[in-house]
Amino acid sequence: MTIKYSDYPDQRGHFGQFGGVFASETLMHCLTELNQAYSRLKTDPAFQAQFHQDLADYVGRPSPLYLAARLSQQCDGAKIWLKREDLNHTGAHKINNTIGQILLAKAMGKKRIIAETGAGQHGVATATVAARLGLKCVVYMGEVDIARQAINVYRMKLMGAEVRSVDSGSKTLKDALNEAMRDWVTHVDDTFYIIGTVAGPDPYPQMVRDFNSVIGKEAKKQFAEKVGGLPDALVACVGGGSNAMGLFHPFLDDLSVKIYGVEAGGHGVATGAHAASITAGKVGVLHGNRTYVMSDDQGQIIETHSISAGLDYPGVGPEHAFLNETGRAQYVTINDDEALQAFHTLTRIEGILPALESSHAVAYGLKLAKTMSKDQNIIVNLSGRGDKDVHTIAALEGVTV
Amino acid sequence: MSLLKTTFTKLSGKKALIPFVTAGHPNADMTVGIMHQLVKSGADVIELGVPFSDPMADGPVIQHASERAIATGTGIRETIAMVKQFRIQNQSTPVVLMGYLNPVECMGYTEFVAAAQDAGADAVLLVDSPPEESTELLELLKQADMEQIFLIAPTTTEERKQMICQHANGFVYYVALKGVTGSANLDSHAVNKDLQSVRKHTDLPIAVGFGVKDTQSAIAVAEQADAVVIGSALVNLLDQCQSIIEAEKAIDAFIKPIRTALDSL
Repeated sequence: MTIKYSDYPDQRGHFGQFGGVFASETLMHCLTELNQAYSRLKTDPAFQAQFHQDLADYVGRPSPLYLAARLSQQCDGAKIWLKREDLNHTGAHKINNTIGQILLAKAMGKKRIIAETGAGQHGVATATVAARLGLKCVVYMGEVDIARQAINVYRMKLMGAEVRSVDSGSKTLKDALNEAMRDWVTHVDDTFYIIGTVAGPDPYPQMVRDFNSVIGKEAKKQFAEKVGGLPDALVACVGGGSNAMGLFHPFLDDLSVKIYGVEAGGHGVATGAHAASITAGKVGVLHGNRTYVMSDDQGQIIETHSISAGLDYPGVGPEHAFLNETGRAQYVTINDDEALQAFHTLTRIEGILPALESSHAVAYGLKLAKTMSKDQNIIVNLSGRGDKDVHTIAALEGVTV
Repeated sequence: MSLLKTTFTKLSGKKALIPFVTAGHPNADMTVGIMHQLVKSGADVIELGVPFSDPMADGPVIQHASERAIATGTGIRETIAMVKQFRIQNQSTPVVLMGYLNPVECMGYTEFVAAAQDAGADAVLLVDSPPEESTELLELLKQADMEQIFLIAPTTTEERKQMICQHANGFVYYVALKGVTGSANLDSHAVNKDLQSVRKHTDLPIAVGFGVKDTQSAIAVAEQADAVVIGSALVNLLDQCQSIIEAEKAIDAFIKPIRTALDSL
């Protein structure tokens, strides 16, 4: 039987065995309300018009689909096209989702916004839209991440958000998510939780995917106009997986298009110091959904490692888990050193500074292009710009800025 | 008849006292002794927390207890072993394993249920597994004559209350506040009012927990409830204890007055 991917999730938020609503009872009603509001608004012409106008006038969409000619030449293989999400306002794809969710929050009459953030990109994107709409905003961030992403912390504060340091557990993204959930359960009546990735309990995985699917819809149209037909392959990095889901989703039922999700291989999957939940994790339940998680043999969530804070998450969106299980998408890994090398390559050859997250996708795109022919085409999602990472990279390479 | 049912039947209207402790906290050697002391001081049922790295519904006290327990090597298998050891001397006090779904998923439902049954655990309460997602586990537990306890919260609609009560067995656990375990914002008036509406949907005993921290708050919510759960305040006391002797004293001083007060209702 052919699977029609665009039909997922089912009524109860399941993608096959993955997804669902594994939440505290206190949140169940509120998730039902959110689901109902979202179901109503996603087909509401006025809501969609507002969303697309904001994406155009405030975010600066559509983002270009750029043929990286010199990069492609170097590979002596397929042509590499970059979907330039790095050119969005605030510097990454994260804003597509926060624009959509804050409109939903407003429509539902919520007065207070909370969010979790790892690298700070989602925190900044949330603080940005909250400032624009004049809503109170609290962002939870692990103590460790606050230390390594000082600039983004300051950006959030400048926009009026309160950044709350989380010192429980591993003091990183997963703990920030736990703390945001605890806040939500306490202030469930007036608070809207803007989750930053395609994880969490239903309807978040489908909602975040839908808001980000503007990436794939644009890319499809742009490719048809520039080249004609469909690309041969798509490549995007996967932490929680929102930029990847955004690019992949409009192509899922176009079976000729090969799809590759790139997980963070860290120091190498064999070393255990990585964040490759699909490649090396097991099926479990974390943060409200069933998916692949990185846990020990007792089910405790283990600490992950990646050079890029945005991929440093021990779970992955349930739809990615599903695409892996059905074989529709292939999940591969790129290690820290390969990502760093791709960062330099793209910067030197194309004059584009990619985020370390996106550098993973670029690295795999380069590998893949070499195995393909010159008349083939790959779209790589350049999910964010690397300005936020220059201090990390300089420090790693022993350079004083 | 299940041990929970027997226990509530024997109480015949008296209020049940259900203390919660985290397995392996303050250390693994003390847990079984702590469980026996809880019974001596007046516990009717014991909720034994299975340590989990990401306890989303818990406040700082139980988070900290989980972290301490995990750091010294207590996970789901050790927790089940503690129940087995407790059962050597005690065959009459029901034990409810309380925690989160991932350790159970990781162990596998079939193996988990078999091990828990073999150890003598009576019921399971998983905070992040509502009835909608519990079909498979609930069926396995039923086959093993074990029970799955479900939660009802202040935000639960009448329609959901009815659905949850249809699936519920053992007892119904009413979450007394919007918040995490150990929060301070308990409104006993609202709790008592809402409990009356839960009662319309079920004949099962109703326990109230989250935010119950002392004799006063226990009495306040016990008015309409059949049982009172006390967790964070007790776990916080145990956190200071260096030895089982200290723990026994602390438990007795804390639990006995609450027992007496509940019995006087």
